[in-house]
Amino acid sequence: MSATNSASSRALRFTLFPRLSGAAVVGILIAILLMAFLVLPVAQVIYVAFLDARSGTLTLQNFQDFFNTTLFQQSFINSFYVSAMSVVVATIIALPLAYITTRFNFAGTALIQSLGFIPLIMPPFVGAVAMSLLFGRNGTVNLLLNQYFGFRIPFMEGLNGVILVQSIHYFPFILINLSAALRNIDRSMEEAAQNLGASGLRLFRRIVFPLAMPGYLAGAALVFIKVFDDLGTPLLLNVNTMLAPQAYLRITGVGINDPMGYVISFILVAFSVFSLWASFLFMRGKDYATTQKGGGGLSKRQLSRREKILAYLVIFLILALVLSPHFGLVLLAFGTIWSFSPLPDGFTLQHFQTVFTESTQYIYNTLLYAGSAAVLDVLIGSAIAYIVIRTGLPGRKWLDYMATAALAVPGVVLGIGYLRMFHGIQLPFGMGPMASWWGIIIIALMIRRLPYALRSCMAALQQLSLALEEAAENLGASKSRTIRRIVVPLMAGGILAGFVTSFATAAVELSATIMLVSRASEAPLAYGIYLYMQSPAGRGAGAALGILAVVIVALGTYLSHRIIERERDRTVIPASGQ
Amino acid sequence: MTQTAYRENNMKRETAGIRIEDLYLSFGRTKVLAGIDMEIEPGEFFAFLGPSGSGKSTLLRAIAGFGPRPKGRILIGDREVVDLPPWKRNVGMVFQSYALWPHMSVRDNVAFGLQERRLPKREIDTKVEAALELVGLLDLAERMPSQLSGGQQQRVALARTIAIEPQVLLLDEPLSNLDAALRVQMRRELLSLQRKLQLTTIFVTHDQEEANTTADRMAVLDGGVIQQVGPPQELYDHPANAFVAGFLGTANILDGQLQEDAFLTKGGHRLPITRALPEAKRIVLRPQNIALTDQPAEGLIRGRIRHREFLGSQIRYLVETADGTIIVDRLHEPDGLDYPAGSDVSLRVDSRNAPLLP
Repeated sequence: MSATNSASSRALRFTLFPRLSGAAVVGILIAILLMAFLVLPVAQVIYVAFLDARSGTLTLQNFQDFFNTTLFQQSFINSFYVSAMSVVVATIIALPLAYITTRFNFAGTALIQSLGFIPLIMPPFVGAVAMSLLFGRNGTVNLLLNQYFGFRIPFMEGLNGVILVQSIHYFPFILINLSAALRNIDRSMEEAAQNLGASGLRLFRRIVFPLAMPGYLAGAALVFIKVFDDLGTPLLLNVNTMLAPQAYLRITGVGINDPMGYVISFILVAFSVFSLWASFLFMRGKDYATTQKGGGGLSKRQLSRREKILAYLVIFLILALVLSPHFGLVLLAFGTIWSFSPLPDGFTLQHFQTVFTESTQYIYNTLLYAGSAAVLDVLIGSAIAYIVIRTGLPGRKWLDYMATAALAVPGVVLGIGYLRMFHGIQLPFGMGPMASWWGIIIIALMIRRLPYALRSCMAALQQLSLALEEAAENLGASKSRTIRRIVVPLMAGGILAGFVTSFATAAVELSATIMLVSRASEAPLAYGIYLYMQSPAGRGAGAALGILAVVIVALGTYLSHRIIERERDRTVIPASGQ
Repeated sequence: MTQTAYRENNMKRETAGIRIEDLYLSFGRTKVLAGIDMEIEPGEFFAFLGPSGSGKSTLLRAIAGFGPRPKGRILIGDREVVDLPPWKRNVGMVFQSYALWPHMSVRDNVAFGLQERRLPKREIDTKVEAALELVGLLDLAERMPSQLSGGQQQRVALARTIAIEPQVLLLDEPLSNLDAALRVQMRRELLSLQRKLQLTTIFVTHDQEEANTTADRMAVLDGGVIQQVGPPQELYDHPANAFVAGFLGTANILDGQLQEDAFLTKGGHRLPITRALPEAKRIVLRPQNIALTDQPAEGLIRGRIRHREFLGSQIRYLVETADGTIIVDRLHEPDGLDYPAGSDVSLRVDSRNAPLLP
């Protein structure tokens, strides 16, 4: 901390006065941008939630109405129930995977850990329909169960479906955090307990579990809020009595002035902020990373033969469940008719043909929107990173805070905010109202993904020793030439990784875009999938589009992973100068 | 009987000796321990001394039950423990990193082992307080480990281990994370605590000074093999081999052969000896047992000073001779004799008690 302070105060002395203009102008422009497209729209949504629509005075009446309406009460309870249950189910999926792979010598640990991440590369709403075909009342599993055992399990009935799809999609957050927490426990922590007489379950309960708890809770809080905010999955599963779908339906159905949409938005934001804050607190206040030099994790035990068979069985079942949306999606995309039968009747490339003949605009739009948003994200992200880390501009940290705050704003809320704020603004040259202009989709995606790009850029710049820049300046390079010749080339890897992450996640974003798309011709992939999936006849094509989306995200994830790894090898900066 | 004395008495327990027979251990294909045999007496303060990679920590961990299962026998008292899990061995171990659990207070850390033993709460409280009082930390009982200094953490780790009244106490480089001054102080405290409790203690260290000052006896290990066992002074005076001679203090080891009542070095010098070891091939000359003079004489080793180091209490000379470089330490006195580098000198060796090696 003090090192950063002294570095920045040095930068302050040397750069603030002669070079104020450049950095300050950029900083102010970014601040205006973030105010206009993040802070004000959200603030307005919250304001309207407390506004009496007729008299224009502040009131709590809207909240009273909300909680007096049975539908909203039910939605609130359902959202809460689905989120909590998703955390439970995600934990049931993640816990064995994390525990077995970190605690035992187990062939295939690396495979399991990477297979565990696969759900993240598929947007949950894409798998939702495939899941109903596999696990629904007349899906593959229940048809077989009914045929051979004479009963069905209501996996996908109502809220169950949302819980199953969401927990399969989001359990990696718990897996990642829990595995890291387990790996961070020093072996001597466990050995000391054994030495003092503890073993087995008691050892787990008293030492391992409490030490891994903060990591687990941080992951669980993330899962909770992601599920709480999600719009696409419940919509596609036709579950409307939840908060996010209700907000969407009120705004698109009843109208932009209906206060209920805003009340729901306020609740979503409040829960998001609370969960993120809680997750932050878990990680910070009780950082139990206990590994010491040469330590390196809990000691791994050899499994006996019987335990090994059991472990493989458990893992196989979990992975089969986790990968089922992908299987289902592939079957759906390549299948002909799939109804009341365990598998499709036949296989065909027809759906891909359909997609490529009539729906290329979705792909084109996605590349355009997500690509532009990601370019803007890395430009703004690296500018903010540079201003925060390398200059002494007053209030520079607020740029970081503002941009990062986008994490706590659900897509639905941002969408509603844009509709409210920009519906009255007419664009010049006959482009119509700003709220229905396709450019606003790019801006929404940009704001939503900025935190990801910003983290990448920050990390890239932080690794860059100040001495490298000072050396350039010492040899006669001006500030701007130093940035161009030294800073940007060395940050390139981090910037690229940020671009790819932003692009891949923006490409499958649905919750904000669904509110802002005004014409099918201007819709991106995710919206196209949503449209196709509405009718049983369109499912095949929807799944084909879904596979394209998965491929885009998978490629993106893989690329950013590779870039980050390569950069780590390339730009190892010696500790001197720190 | 005072309260404290009563508590100390209360903490004593049947202490036990340790016998290790023909112990082999490997990590995969790497042999780490190769045929360890030794016996540690009840109540003894014993040190495992050796360079890193010598197997000393592995041996200690094997006694506590950590690491791969060794081949051979380990007896604590007359109980065979090789097949017992760590939690059934009743050996107390203090970890190099202390391994205090960060989510438990000092009191909870110390109480842990007693709770595992399902003692009644009253008894646990008494024993926790006795252990904390013994290490002088009773007033910090409610603190969390992260609020303690390194020395205090070390004491908590010790209290936590002693509280379970183990049959033997194992210390894995317990002082290595402390600064130099605190290390000397903790070393003395450890020793006096051990004397008070009369608890069989094994202390692993790579620092010969730590071992010399605390241990009743020690085992010098290298390459997974015990090189020699004995009281520190005996090992210094009578090293069994070149490794022990060189590891304990500084040693000049000269090659040569026995000739009647003298050792004839390869360089042609004749060093009189009083003891004879048949088949002796090498002689160990300690730097402080060699005197320097600038007057050449019959029977002295001639040489030239290549390098001179001022060490404070001593001056160390590296002297080039026909037998290679010989290190000579002379006490430093103000206005005492001193020779600059490059001087031609003669060495007078007190070789009568010098150890001989095969």
